[in-house]
Amino acid sequence: MTESVVGAQSVWSSARRRLQRDWVTIGAAGVIALIAVVAVLGPLLSPYAYDALDWRHLATAPQSSHWFGTDRLGRDLFVRTLFGVRISLLVGLLATAVSLVIGVVWGSVAGYVGGRADEIMMRFVDVLYSLPYLFIVIIFATVFGGASLTGLFVAIGAVGWLTTARIVRGQTLALKNREFIEAARATGVSTPGILARHVIPNLVGPIAIYATLTIPQMILFESFLSFLGVGVQEPLASLGSLINEGAQEMQSAPWMLVIPAAVLLVLLLCFNAVGDGLRDALDPREERLRTEARQ
Amino acid sequence: MLRYTVRRIAGIVPTLAVIVTASFFIVRLAPGGPFDLEHPLPPQVRANLDRAYGFDQPLAQQYLRYVGHLLQGDFGPSLKQRDFSVAELIAQGLPVSLTIGASAVLLAVLVGVPLGMLAALRRNTATDYGIAGFVALGIALPSFVVGPLLALVFGLYLHWLPVAGWESGAPQYLVLPVLTLALPIIAYVARLMRGSVLEVLRANFVRTARARGLGELRILFRHVLRPALLPVVSYLGPAVAFVITGSLVVETVFGLPGTGRYLVQGAINRDYTLIMGMIIVYGVLTLVLNLVADLLYGWLDPRVRHD
Repeated sequence: MTESVVGAQSVWSSARRRLQRDWVTIGAAGVIALIAVVAVLGPLLSPYAYDALDWRHLATAPQSSHWFGTDRLGRDLFVRTLFGVRISLLVGLLATAVSLVIGVVWGSVAGYVGGRADEIMMRFVDVLYSLPYLFIVIIFATVFGGASLTGLFVAIGAVGWLTTARIVRGQTLALKNREFIEAARATGVSTPGILARHVIPNLVGPIAIYATLTIPQMILFESFLSFLGVGVQEPLASLGSLINEGAQEMQSAPWMLVIPAAVLLVLLLCFNAVGDGLRDALDPREERLRTEARQ
Repeated sequence: MLRYTVRRIAGIVPTLAVIVTASFFIVRLAPGGPFDLEHPLPPQVRANLDRAYGFDQPLAQQYLRYVGHLLQGDFGPSLKQRDFSVAELIAQGLPVSLTIGASAVLLAVLVGVPLGMLAALRRNTATDYGIAGFVALGIALPSFVVGPLLALVFGLYLHWLPVAGWESGAPQYLVLPVLTLALPIIAYVARLMRGSVLEVLRANFVRTARARGLGELRILFRHVLRPALLPVVSYLGPAVAFVITGSLVVETVFGLPGTGRYLVQGAINRDYTLIMGMIIVYGVLTLVLNLVADLLYGWLDPRVRHD
């Protein structure tokens, strides 16, 4: 146990060293932080509410009183876009958390218990895998979401756990015959105890990497659902529903499409960059392989 | 090989049974129903409707009845689109969706493979970095952003192509939807191909071929291409799932009469039979195409022996 803790610390500190030199990752994280701050503070400072109608400015182009213009009902698009970003960030965090909890528990139990249980549990994952992902999300979202944001987040998280479960199971299999686990078993620690105290803490690295790469996926899911009209409902706004409204008005008001699309793109690119950077930092082997492949 | 194929086909059946059963109960246990309208129906009408469709019976019995009809190839009537059976709706829409999807996968392979090879052969040059930038953008851009933007630029500003519509599959109506759907797959295929070509180029048999004095082009097409294609082939399975979900967006953006909208409409309206029909059709499609991708992999890679 001591050995692995010391190992873990050195992994983290060398990861931090590598991260400090990685300007792309730091820059992307900075952009995300900036967007998050603006999304939280912006609507508080703006004179407009996200659902307030401004009858004198219907579908106006960006101008000094409405920075991102207004939609057909005269709602301020700056505030609505920021609300969309809030929802994107929230779904990124909450749905990822839901998918992590399910995936880690499922994968570690399957890997550790093994045998028949493992076979059945992973077969279940395979079946879900063989279906188009978003397909199930659509059904879940209309069934359990719709009424509330929480329902939507849980629905999205509930189908995002499959890859996490596979990764965690694989790592658990590699861990379960190590001496410290055997020692814990010999001293009579219960199976849930071993999983919680010894197996899962040793999986934090790979889980963290996968989690940061899950966030943009979840954001994408939510926007996709809202674009199709089964996600966030009016009068609330999400980047996906704004893009959908913008696409319908693009002939007369292209800014309604271009601005939320650009914001979503920047968010996704930044989260992907941070995820890739973290993976390179935490998994130097991978990085070495990549530079080799580049030569 | 034959035995493996038969076993895999047999494996589809239980998977499908699980899918049908699980989705039947999830869909049916969801709150709301097809006859919950904004203005509630008179109780007598409602009771008649429920009886006509068998909704007054216990759920387990309804399930058995549904499966019984299904085994005879009967998807039942649509609950919301009066006068249409689910099979008719799917038969109308599926050719459109399949045309778009198949063209997109074909285009992605035809463009992505050479693009990846080019990047690998010109590695660390401006060409390589340009392709890498395109790949990053292609993967990050969701299709519901690409689609409207393409329509905006090529349809509204340049007037090169129609913004939306189908017109029974006239080629100019296909271009933008197929391009939207194919773009991220092109990016993935190019990325995979670049990596695998670089890897194969380092292999001993390539060095041997060079030592024997074979020309670079001959080495590339006779020795490198086939093993380098393997990762692309194994990506085709996920690509199919991607195309199916992507087609939902593309059909919405470009107003195509495909099957994608039935899934969303069916789920929103609680059109039980329509959702189930869509799940089954797309489930079979995914499972069969994944199987085809696996068999193709075995045929390309003689080291894989199924027995």
